[in-house]
Amino acid sequence: MVEHGDIRVVHCGGSKINFRDPVITHDSRFLLCASGEAVKVFSTSTEECIHELRGHTGLVTGVLLRPSNHLQVYSSSLDGTLRLWDFTDGILIKVGQRFQLVAVHLPQSGDQMVEAQELSAVLSGVNPNPAAIAFGRGVRTCRHKDNKKGGWNTFTCVACHPKDDCIATGHEDGKIRLWRNFNHKKEYTYSTLHWHHSTVSSLCFTPEGTNLLSGGVESVLVQWRYNQESERDFLPRLGGAITHITVSPDGSLFCTSHSDNKITIIQSCVKVSAVIQGLVKGDSIRTDLMMDPRSKALVLNGKPGHLQFYSLQRDKLLYNLDIVQQEYIHESGLQQFEVVKAAFDASGSWLATVEERHQKAAELELNLKLWAFDEQTQSFVLNTTISAPHDAQITAMCFCQPTDSQTTLLVSTSKDGHFKAWQLAAPAHTEGPSWLCDFVSAYHGLVPECCSFSADGSLLAVVFQEVVTVWSPSTWELLTTLSQPPGAVSDLCFGRLSCSKYLLGTTASNLLCWNLLTCSLEWTTSMDVRRLVADPLSENMAAFCYQSGSTDLFVFKPSEPRPLFSHKAVCSGKVTQAVFAPREEMLESCEESSQWLNRSQLYFLTQQMVNNISTSAEEKQNENVAMTPFYLLLGKHRQQQQEHQDSDSSLWAERTLLQTPAHVLPSTSYLCSMFVQSLLISVSDAREEKAHAEEEMESEKEEEDSEEEMESSRSKPELAAAAATESDTPALTKAQARELRRVRKLDHSWLAGLLDS
Amino acid sequence: MASFKPTKIQVYPKLGEKVTQDTLYWKNYKAPVQIKEFGAVTSIDFSPVTPHNFAVTAFTRIHIYGPFSQEPVKSFTRFKDTAYCGRFRSDGQLLVAGCEDSVVRLFDVSGKVALRLFKGHTKAVHLTDFTSDRYQILTGSDDYTCRLWDIPNATELTTYTEHTDYIRCGVTSKLNRDLFITGSYDHTVKLFDARVEKSVITMDHGQPVESVLLYPSEGLLVSAGGRHVKVWDLLKGGQPLVSLKNHHKTVTSLALSSNGQRLLSASLDRHVKVYNTTNYKVVHNFDYAASILSLGLAPDDASIVVGMTNSILSIKHRKNQEDSKEIAGQQRRRPSYRVFVKGKNYVPKQDDYLVSKPVKEHLAKYDKQLQRFNVSKALDTALGTYIRFRKPEITVAVIKELDRRGTLKNALAGRDERGLSQLLNFIIGNLVDARFTPVLVTAAEMILDIYQSVIGQSPVVDRQLLRLQDLVKREIEFQKDLLEVLGMLDTMFASSLPRKESASASAPTVDPFPTCSLNTDS
Repeated sequence: MVEHGDIRVVHCGGSKINFRDPVITHDSRFLLCASGEAVKVFSTSTEECIHELRGHTGLVTGVLLRPSNHLQVYSSSLDGTLRLWDFTDGILIKVGQRFQLVAVHLPQSGDQMVEAQELSAVLSGVNPNPAAIAFGRGVRTCRHKDNKKGGWNTFTCVACHPKDDCIATGHEDGKIRLWRNFNHKKEYTYSTLHWHHSTVSSLCFTPEGTNLLSGGVESVLVQWRYNQESERDFLPRLGGAITHITVSPDGSLFCTSHSDNKITIIQSCVKVSAVIQGLVKGDSIRTDLMMDPRSKALVLNGKPGHLQFYSLQRDKLLYNLDIVQQEYIHESGLQQFEVVKAAFDASGSWLATVEERHQKAAELELNLKLWAFDEQTQSFVLNTTISAPHDAQITAMCFCQPTDSQTTLLVSTSKDGHFKAWQLAAPAHTEGPSWLCDFVSAYHGLVPECCSFSADGSLLAVVFQEVVTVWSPSTWELLTTLSQPPGAVSDLCFGRLSCSKYLLGTTASNLLCWNLLTCSLEWTTSMDVRRLVADPLSENMAAFCYQSGSTDLFVFKPSEPRPLFSHKAVCSGKVTQAVFAPREEMLESCEESSQWLNRSQLYFLTQQMVNNISTSAEEKQNENVAMTPFYLLLGKHRQQQQEHQDSDSSLWAERTLLQTPAHVLPSTSYLCSMFVQSLLISVSDAREEKAHAEEEMESEKEEEDSEEEMESSRSKPELAAAAATESDTPALTKAQARELRRVRKLDHSWLAGLLDS
Repeated sequence: MASFKPTKIQVYPKLGEKVTQDTLYWKNYKAPVQIKEFGAVTSIDFSPVTPHNFAVTAFTRIHIYGPFSQEPVKSFTRFKDTAYCGRFRSDGQLLVAGCEDSVVRLFDVSGKVALRLFKGHTKAVHLTDFTSDRYQILTGSDDYTCRLWDIPNATELTTYTEHTDYIRCGVTSKLNRDLFITGSYDHTVKLFDARVEKSVITMDHGQPVESVLLYPSEGLLVSAGGRHVKVWDLLKGGQPLVSLKNHHKTVTSLALSSNGQRLLSASLDRHVKVYNTTNYKVVHNFDYAASILSLGLAPDDASIVVGMTNSILSIKHRKNQEDSKEIAGQQRRRPSYRVFVKGKNYVPKQDDYLVSKPVKEHLAKYDKQLQRFNVSKALDTALGTYIRFRKPEITVAVIKELDRRGTLKNALAGRDERGLSQLLNFIIGNLVDARFTPVLVTAAEMILDIYQSVIGQSPVVDRQLLRLQDLVKREIEFQKDLLEVLGMLDTMFASSLPRKESASASAPTVDPFPTCSLNTDS
């Protein structure tokens, strides 16, 4: 996009869906939530993402149904725009320019109260629905209490009863207070409900006001009966901490957002009906990015104690593999087991995971688990658990690569100075095969940092701080040690295919390449390589270098001195994780600079500094310039097809007539004249519709013009905003009203006649 | 909503012997029948004909037991002094026995009075046997001689005076009427041929020979003496084949399992060991209460009879098919399998609409209590008598789970004297178990922290705390010693390994004993 016209960085998913509370539509069929720079429309029954409303250029900060038309939704964004969408078709209807203030229309922390109040006033002007007003009042309450009680009990959330004069507030100490008679100043009373043991993070009344829902860190949804507070329903073990609770307008569905990027849809009988799960970004990515060789899914640690399998093609979490298999206790300050390392073997039939729990300095609980892929259940089944495989933390782990070899070998290196080889032992009498330690070794008491198998599995390289040792896995002999300029080697990988004689390593300041035939340093360049990734399908390697605040990408072959491709400032910040993912279909690109992307794609995780979105998965993708017009052409073609379908659908009267059983229909002679008439109408209608389509296109153009206008008038945002709100309704309804009229005419003209008779 | 994940009980590898075909075979015996004899049981011999009665020589009597009788079916009591070596003839009709008074007596099994008396030895006769032609008797005596006697005439045929010490054991060939073997306290085993005047083969065992045994093929000879069991190849002129040293006291008796695949040796160290005769590895081991003097194995291994110095005769009968059926019959009183699968194996028909019923998950009691955060109760449950003694890994797993939840302190606190002493008892019993040490050390530290203010109030708890302190001190000493030994071994290995220029990798060292440290400041 910048330097190279054909290769650019594409954000490919994994954005937060729990950033703001989601919205359930009036018919409870869809759930809308802000997700990064888009609004996602999910089906509440199938959990599928139906539409992605794209258009914002900044983070979407709020989603709200339009009160006057419940098929439309407003979204606000950090880019300073307010957009109106038709979410059933996924069409952008209107762009409104507003303050950036809209972006923060839901902050509920105590220190932002004043700002929030101003804001809610603006909001209530835009859509005078009871919720917004209630929110405004809630803020007023908060201010009151802030004055009265001081800082000893901080409010975390507030909700207003839809009918009564009652306000519920959640507190940091886990209490919920119900304030009544609030409109009469100084005469209010309150009652306290206490179940949560830590902060109440969200509160919500059902639309009828009969129930109050609350949730917090415990991940338990508590349903309180209004006026019968001793009766409660619980829904425990929902996942991560509950951050938002929303109720559908008809009260039939609840939905909770969780801190592990998950939205749970719950039926009002307190039963989970669907779970929408996004890419879980924990506190840190401890495991490396990996590709599951079978499902081609991206694998990394997600929820505490779980390994997540994330499909990049569909931007959907496939499943979570429970590694730790222990009940997760939601309590802050508790040391839990965490998955820290994982490795797949080449065929994807074995998975090795390491979990650790570090309670005190002296105690380290380590478990090495080996999982076998079960063909029947299509998932991984625990085969062997090795508790305390090493005395200290495991620094690296890798499987022997070749697919054809009979014995599978796993090597783990640890901070205790040893590296161990684990082998699948022959089956015992009763049980199947299990893993046993095959070999233990150390090198001068140095700490091994990483290990790597050569492509054919005949060599194992283990880095002991500054020394690279090369071992033969068949005899476990130390073949050679490779020296290098000072500095600990942090990353190591063997070349592949034609470059398999090279071994590459990185130090803090250098990228090194050894020739294994001569056991000498082939070449070295001075760069700060943070991450070195080898493409499993070609000789290519990608190196991410950190330089003055941004990361540069170099793609090269070990045998060639010149890089195949380089991209300055791929992203800001450091890239710590990256992986090559094989493509499903090979691309045929002849351009030299993009050939390296023919077989596989490169994915990497970034640590963004701005906002608090810790990471975002991005994609490097090959895009042809010539593709764009073709794509447009194709798009138009599709549109036309769709229109055809629409006109087809207008013929539904005939279809119903033909599909209805003959014995329930009136006599043919009776129907004939009307049927013929209806046929005539439909023909004229189709023609009319074509005209409509043209008109619509024109109006779209107009809209674009108006957008441009707005952008030009950015200097006066208030005016533009006002204009937007005014021009909002007519622009929308013009086309629709006409369509509605037409439909009405079409449908009822002959059926009405039928009914009259 | 995910279901509650139960506490994970760590599965530890089973220590002890591995289950092999042999252990299954040799464990398939009933509880032993024990019969008190009048003195030390020196010899057991099975009749070669059915019903395979066996003669037990003890003190001045020989008792003949039936295969399943608890009482002797027949007794020979006409001995003036201690009887030795009662043996059946190959037709099971006659029985011969030596005696301390140097007279050899021949009995009819159905009669009572001795048919013949063979006098000629000057000292106690410890060895008697019939030759394979049934008409002669071999005897060996403490007067260093062995003799052949003619049964019909009751006359002495030959005397061999080659041994230079007591003759205490011997065997006649079953295939050749002229061959017999004697073992003596002069450390030699000699093969004699009645057709020549002197021994044919002499084998030096190295220790006083207590027992000899011929293989059914008679190509191999087994001799026992001292702590050794030696196998000789007779066809190669008495070449030693293998020497087994698996007992730590004198081996007194030998027997072959009926198919010749296993060799049994009994010893004064109270063990009977079973060897595989192809590789001469010990495949099984029986323990007995006292030093064993004699061992007999019924044909088809139907029973193992062992005589001990404390004059107890122990008979183990093999479990047969009928017995196991009987046991199965007794167990069938429980609800039948049909009851449990009732309705569950119903195959839905084509038009049936299936209403799925939620599977009720079974949780252990402590898991249910953990689910409700009743941590003290969960610990109490896990410390119940059965779990504590039979499945300590469950108790330890619950303690570990509580520790993970950060509530172990709450669960340990607030216990009375009885509860605390129970807890301390468990910790004392299992603390030095390497599998449980890390968890229990944490718990013990917490207990000391919690209860240090009430130390001195209860003598029971104080005593236990002192025991715990003692235990930990001793364990630390052990660990230190072990580490020292390990260091020494490392040095030895390192020096014995061929030093290659690249062999800087140290020998694999795995510390199997995690060092434990515990502050016992009580």
